[in-house]
Amino acid sequence: MTVHAREVSWSAGGRLIVDAVTLEVAPGSTLGLLGPNGSGKSSLLRLLAGLRRPSGGAVLLDEHDLRDLRRRHVARRLALVEQHAGTELDLCVLDIVRLGRIPHRRAWTPDRPEDDRAVAAAIASTDLQDKLAQSWSTLSGGERQRVQIARALAQEPRELLLDEPTNHLDIHHQLDLLSLVAALPVTTVVALHDLNLAAMFCDQLVVLAAGRVVAAGTPAAVLTPELIQRVYGVRAVVTADPETGAVAVRFLAHRSPPRSPIP
Amino acid sequence: MSARHSTGRRAGLHLAGLLALALSIAVAITIGPAALSVGDVARVVGEHLGFGEAGVSRIKDGIVWELRLPRTLLAAVCGAGLAICGAIMQSLLRNPLADPFVLGISSGASTGAVLVMILGLGAGAISLSAGAFAGALLAFGLVVVLAAGVGGGTDRILLAGVAGTQLFSALTSFIVTSSADAEQTRGVLFWLLGSLAGAGWDQVALCGAVTLLGLAVCLLCAPALDAFAFGQDAAAALGVPVAWVRGLLLVVTALLTAALVSAAGAIGFVGLVLPHAARLLTGPGHRVLLPATALIGAIFLVWVDTAARTLLDPQELPVGVMTALIGVPAFAAILYRRRAVA
Repeated sequence: MTVHAREVSWSAGGRLIVDAVTLEVAPGSTLGLLGPNGSGKSSLLRLLAGLRRPSGGAVLLDEHDLRDLRRRHVARRLALVEQHAGTELDLCVLDIVRLGRIPHRRAWTPDRPEDDRAVAAAIASTDLQDKLAQSWSTLSGGERQRVQIARALAQEPRELLLDEPTNHLDIHHQLDLLSLVAALPVTTVVALHDLNLAAMFCDQLVVLAAGRVVAAGTPAAVLTPELIQRVYGVRAVVTADPETGAVAVRFLAHRSPPRSPIP
Repeated sequence: MSARHSTGRRAGLHLAGLLALALSIAVAITIGPAALSVGDVARVVGEHLGFGEAGVSRIKDGIVWELRLPRTLLAAVCGAGLAICGAIMQSLLRNPLADPFVLGISSGASTGAVLVMILGLGAGAISLSAGAFAGALLAFGLVVVLAAGVGGGTDRILLAGVAGTQLFSALTSFIVTSSADAEQTRGVLFWLLGSLAGAGWDQVALCGAVTLLGLAVCLLCAPALDAFAFGQDAAAALGVPVAWVRGLLLVVTALLTAALVSAAGAIGFVGLVLPHAARLLTGPGHRVLLPATALIGAIFLVWVDTAARTLLDPQELPVGVMTALIGVPAFAAILYRRRAVA
């Protein structure tokens, strides 16, 4: 079993941000979370990570309500990579990756061999061996994302949540990063903006608009011109590769002032 | 947590710091109008700890045991405690410019202590500390509420702290000038500028106990403090019970600040500057950083207080004046470095 949202709602400042969302991820698969700005993707990820308490419904981890589980227990199972990670401290890459071991350690025990093993494995799978001593402030955007993913992997999670990890990266680094994420042997929920990248790397897609799920299924089933028009207010042509069946989205320029997307 | 230090180097660093502190205290005691040697100091301490006759004169014995030793120890304890408070606040609030003095907590503690003293509530060090603690918590609450009211950013809390500092300094002056006699009025300088001149063994014991307890609690929270590096949500995602840890550590720092201020007045810049010096030496991992910060703070204030009581001999400078004279340029340097990074 894995992480499972059941009719989850959450409001902030009197506004309903996440509206009765139900979401289930198959173990080991990658689920892409799509939707326009402000559609509730980040809030849903925070609810799934247990950082916000649902105002309705529940998030379940192995059929246990997240609210009944200890924070430390959750952090050993499930890791989150936030959209904007920043620090004022002069931390090096190894310092940051080792933060991932905090939920596994007791306050006064020295590092155990399994801590070092988990850190080494996380570093190897994110290809950061040559950057261990480099300071966070000198890293590029792509490197920072990889370091945060390494930190998350050091938690040895079975579920990994990523909030727009490809933001501000060039196309080479976007492909690099998502290939890495898709190849990880963990259940992944990733919020994305780029429909083509979502189609390439995700097994399942869930589309949010105004906090509600408006479509869910395989990329080929979800990414239709009608849905893109309805959710993003953009005209698009969707083609499927005759051999692999992989879908590609090509956007068309606005001819008239764009219709605003559904509220 | 720091990856740059093995356990062995870590222990060596702390041991060297402890030695340097012991040596600093022994040497600082010999400095002053009455000529003393480190040997005299060792013999007096030895006698009082029950290791046979010292063979030093009664006057020298009195100077060491009744005056300079408690004062130097109180300087060490205050330096350690204030530096720990600064390190904790900087980590919790994720602001390199946070410390109990800048956030107005020291001023609030002063006001509380002065109020207890002038109204004559209770008696002795404990009631003074209780007043200082109430003042510290009140000041801290005010700053937090004010900062949250104007948007809650990490820079806002500093602005709120500036306002709080001014308010409580004004309140202290108001209380003293309106209801105190001439003797007490002179005492206001003590609370506003800080001084270790009145140090006695009871204060050393109280502040020493509170500082050791505070350090122990903070060390237990060291991994949680590391987790705050990328903010509260990141800490929560790493399994830290954020609200609980924050609440606990903020109360501990308020308590520690209150105990220290009730004994030595509001001494600024120790908590602000010294954690940065310690970070340069040890890196940002709190398990190494916190003891190192405490040791550096202790050594620093021992020497600054020695300078404060001997530079203008027979006049004495308030130690807070000395720390400010050293701290302000250091503060400017931190601001400058921050600008360079941003």
